[in-house]
This record gives sequence, C-alpha cells and structure tokens, in this order.
Amino acid sequence: MALSPELCKKMYTDMWRIRLFEEEANRQTSLGSVVGALHMYCGEEAVAVGVCSNLRDDDYVLGTHRSHGHCLAKGAESHRMMAELFGKATGTCGGKGGSMHIADFSLNMLGANGIVGAGIAPATGAALASKLRGTDQVSVCFFGDGAAARGTFHEGIGLGALWKLPVVYVCENNQYQQWVPRMNVAVLDSVADMAGSYAIPGVSVDGQNLVEVHEVAGEAVERARKGGGPTLIEARTYRFYGHSLGDEEQYRSSEEVDEMRTNHDPIQTFLLTMMEQDWLTEEEDMEIQNQVKDEIAEAVKFAEESPYPTPDNVTTDVLAPEQSDKSRPGEVAR
Amino acid sequence: MRTLTFSEALREALHEEMERDETIFVIGEDVITHGGPYKVTDGIAERFPERIFETPIAEAGIMGVGVGAAMAGMNPVVEIMYMDFVTCAMDEVVNQAAKMRYMTGGQASVPMVIRLPCGVGRLLAAQHSQIMESWFMHVPGLQVVVPSTPGDAKGLLKTAIRSPDPVLFFEYKRIYTSTGEVPDGDHTIPLGQAKICREGEDATVVAIGPMVQKSLEAAVLLEDDGYDVEVVDARSLSPLDTETICESVSRTGHAVVCGEDSSFAGAASEIAAVIGENCFRDLKGPVVRVGSPHVPMPFSSELVKHVVPEVPDITEAVSRVMM
Ligand SMILES: Cc1ncc(C[n+]2csc(CCOP(=O)(O)OP(=O)(O)O)c2C)c(N)n1
Ligand SMILES: [Mg+2]
Repeated sequence: MALSPELCKKMYTDMWRIRLFEEEANRQTSLGSVVGALHMYCGEEAVAVGVCSNLRDDDYVLGTHRSHGHCLAKGAESHRMMAELFGKATGTCGGKGGSMHIADFSLNMLGANGIVGAGIAPATGAALASKLRGTDQVSVCFFGDGAAARGTFHEGIGLGALWKLPVVYVCENNQYQQWVPRMNVAVLDSVADMAGSYAIPGVSVDGQNLVEVHEVAGEAVERARKGGGPTLIEARTYRFYGHSLGDEEQYRSSEEVDEMRTNHDPIQTFLLTMMEQDWLTEEEDMEIQNQVKDEIAEAVKFAEESPYPTPDNVTTDVLAPEQSDKSRPGEVAR
Repeated sequence: MRTLTFSEALREALHEEMERDETIFVIGEDVITHGGPYKVTDGIAERFPERIFETPIAEAGIMGVGVGAAMAGMNPVVEIMYMDFVTCAMDEVVNQAAKMRYMTGGQASVPMVIRLPCGVGRLLAAQHSQIMESWFMHVPGLQVVVPSTPGDAKGLLKTAIRSPDPVLFFEYKRIYTSTGEVPDGDHTIPLGQAKICREGEDATVVAIGPMVQKSLEAAVLLEDDGYDVEVVDARSLSPLDTETICESVSRTGHAVVCGEDSSFAGAASEIAAVIGENCFRDLKGPVVRVGSPHVPMPFSSELVKHVVPEVPDITEAVSRVMM
C-alpha cells in the first residue's frame, strides 16, 4: 500500500494508541487494578502497525504473550481490551483470558497466546482454510525471536512453505528471551536466515522504522495474496520495558535501554519522517496525542465502571452452549 | 532443624546432591541468568558452572536431551518453567522416558527428575496455571511426587534425584515462599510414603500439595463441630502409599480426598477409588473429593476464587461425609 498522508496519520495514531495503552496498563498494574502478567509492547510499535497497515479486515492475525500491540493494530477496541486486563465481564474475552489471551474474532484476530511459538502452525492452518475456501485472505503470525527455537516454528513454516500458503511469518527479534540475551542461547543472530531451510524468502528489516516495515510487509502480504507463498520477516526491534512487570533487568544495561529509547524510538523516528515530508503539522501531532490520551482515559473509565463476571461464568464456554451441561462431568445433582 | 522457604529447601537439595554426585546436571530455560522464575537454581552456575545448561525455548529438545543423557549415565534435573509447557515435550516424557526400561527388557535406566512449577500463582489464566498430576500417574514407568512443606521438598527432591527412574516433581507456585522446618544432614524421604500430619478419630482427609495446609486449617475449625479429623499428606502419588491411606480410613470410617486440580479424573479420583475398593466395609459414608470444577483456569480474580478449592470446601465436605 503506497504511503499517503492519511495512511501515515493513521499509522502514527495507531502507534501512539499502543504506546499509551501500554503505559496506562502499566500504571493500572502498579495501582493494583490490573493483575497478572503484563508484557509491554512499547518500543516495538512499528512492527505491529507496519504489518497490520497492509492487512484487510478479514485477514487473520495470531499473536504472542506480548500482543496488545498486535490486537490494537488489527483494530481491537482499547476500552474492551482494558476491561479484559481488569478482569471485567465487558472485556474482549469476558474476563476469562486476560493480557496473554486477548482475541477478537470479529476482526479475525485469532488470539494472543501464552505458549511461545504456539501461533505459527495455527496461522498456517488459517491460511490453509483461506486456500480451501477459495478466498484471498492472508494470515499473519507474530512471534518473538525465542519462538524460532521451538519445533513448532520449523513444523509450522515447513507446512506453509510446502503448500505455498498465503501466510506471513513475522519474527519480532528484540534480542531477549525473557531474562536471557538471545545470543546466549542461539547460534544464528538473524532469524531471517532460517528461511532458506524452507526455500521461502527471508527478509530482515529495521523494526524501529515504520516506513521500512510497512514496505517489506506490504510486499510479503501481496505475494501471499497472489499465491506466491509465505515470507519470513525478521523485524529487528527492542522492548523498552522489562520482559514483564517486576523484571529487574539485570541482564541488560540501562545505557543500552537509554540509547534505544533516545535514538531508536519508532514513534519519534516516524514523526521526524512525517515532519520532513510535511505530512503532519505540530498542531496535528498534538491533536493526535490528545485524542489518543482521551481515548485511553475513556478506556480506563469504562473498565473501572464495568461489572465483574458472575460466578456462573466459571463453567460456561468450556464447550459450546448446547453442551454446557456436560462441562461438569461426574457430578450428580444433589 | 532450620527454618527455610520451600524454594530454599529445593535449592539446598540441588546443591547437596550436585556436590555428592557429579553425574547430576541442571537444564532449563533461564536457569542461569535468573535462577529460574522461582530462584531454585540460583547459585548453581557459580558453584558448578560445567553442570548447568541454560537453553533456548525448546521444551521437547530439553526433555529429549535429558532422556538421552540419562540413558548414557548422567542424572539430569530438568526444569520446565511452568508445568503447562511440559505438554510441549509429551513424547519425550511419555513415549521415551517412561517406556525405555520396559521396552528394552530392563537394559535402559532413565534417572531424571522433571521439576514442574504448577497451579495458580499470580493470575496467569488457562495456559500458566495447570496441575495435571493424574496425566503422569496414568503412565506406567513414571513416578509422581508432590511435596507440601519445605522439609518434604528437600527430602523428596534428594530421593527423586537418586531414583533410577524418571520422577515428575510437582512444585506448587503458591507455596515457594512458605516456610517450614528442614532437618539437618542428609535428609531423604522414600518415595511412596504418605505422612500422617495430624491424628484424628472421626474422619480422614487425604490431601495433595497446598491442600494439606488447608486441610490442617479445616481440621482446627472442625473441632468446633466436634469432629476429630486426621490429615494425611499423600506426598507421592505414584507410587501411592495405599497402606497408610487405607489404614487411616478404615480406622476413622470416613474419607475426604482433597486436591487443587479438577477432581474429575484427577489424582484425588484415583485415591478415592483405592479407598472405595479397599475400605468399603469400614466406610460409614461416601468418599468425597474436593477439587476444582472441570474448567480451564479463568483469568479474572472474581472467577478464580470460585475455581480454586479453599478451607470452607473442605469443612463442608467433611460435614457432608459425617452426616
Ligand atoms: C513453550 C513455552 N516455553 C516457555 C514459556 C515462558 N516464556 C514466556 S515468554 C518467554 C520469552 C519469549 O521470548 P521471545 O519469543 O523472544 O518473545 P519476547 O518476550 O521477547 O517478545 C518465555 C521463555 C512459554 N510461555 N511457553
Ligand atoms: Mg525476544
């Protein structure tokens, strides 16, 4: 998709929405309103936005434990996502999933995932479904560099390549796997180089640069849609916060983090590009930021005011509703 | 005797065993950089740098390496970061580790320990809160151990490491920080030995993992109702100490079995069946299980509190069997 000022403004807004959503979720965690794990996406915004800006509403996306950005970029509503983090009934998953399991099937966002590498083969399966049904929907799977070590990576991509399925595999190589620097536990720095094993294109891109990600992903999505088969994209990126909340980050220096925040912030980098091209005025920038701030404040208000799920929800959704009686097997009415 | 946390007790067992036997090594994710999420492997890299392996995210690989090294004379202690991820290595556990000795007519030995942090901790929902002890109880060739106190954690881990066969070692996340007395010296506890934690005459509560402490609390409350409750910590689910359990139930005539996992087809079900088969003539009431409903672990705290069994569920169950 060619870059128009309108698209650029939308992408810029989308990146801010992710940034502020995450920072607010972080704040709400410290206040105790959000519980459980919070794997923040800050610093990696250009990857989700750069890829999803090439997708249609009916294209599929599968994510990871760090997927708030993927969900928002695919169009998920921030207020329902915030409510999910609060464990409320109005959340995207009714309070059953939480941060690691946000999904919105109305947008073909088939889910974040608590299991590293678990989305890769299912993304391939969604692509197989598109092919079987004869639609031209594309399937995108985001995953971390850590996932590239799992068998599911090889098996999933192997099948996608074998059947030339319309799928784009997007590795977010942020150089850390929980508390371990990638190169402590990997022999190959570039995940893109692994594409050769499946005879599919492997492309490495600066994940802090929205324009580059958008272009590379655009080509891959188009190739997939036209029947050209999968692409493995490696976006070299960086997470600005720890692995999850409470991480003491002893495995990396604060200088390294400062350097990335100062010189490789995807939002600031893109802002500079837009200013240079006269695609955005300072007033418009402020307007966008304020609009997103208001949206996130509304999201928190919505989450706070929403009710919790009721106890009868514990046993629903185990099986389809008509089967739900069977979700308490072995129990006899007393 | 000293007072240690559950994690400290496990750590001590690992250090002592690694000191004693140089075929023992540790393998798992984040075990060096962070000492694992619960710091159990802390300090091992400094003391035994050649015998600790921090791995990529590759559970099947980790487990398979453990099996092979064990068959070739080593003694691996595998850490799976959350027990849920052991499902990514089920072939290695079930078809490989468990079957080797039998299929080879007794030639192979797979002396490995698989450490499994399990159950609810922080609210991490359905893929980070499972227990599933009974999956492994069902597989011949595997041993399943569930300590409930720091003292037992140390004694059982040491024995598990010395066992010539694979042991699935369940560590409930919620009790890593609990404290308790740990005997000095080379403290070991045989596998397959339950423990009577509290003697009583009216009913037996057989409990697994954190349900032991909750059962002891329930027993105190039940005194007010005039019930004198015996509490038995199963400690080892396979082999299962049917003798201690059935002797206790035959004496009291009432049985409640408590586990934190779903009671449907869970560990508690097997124990209840054993009691039913062996103690039928001494039973004065039904054998009742206390456990979770048969649902994945939800995320919202408001739902979780209706899933994880607590003290009132135990007192209610005891009252019910005593009726
Ligand atoms: C199969 C599996 N093993 C281990 C974990 C625990 N875990 C969660 S996130 C993570 C690190 C993932 O690293 P990476 O894939 O690079 O993603 P990042 O967190 O850097 O975005 C680990 C080890 C898991 N969730 N699933
Ligand atoms: Mg990573």
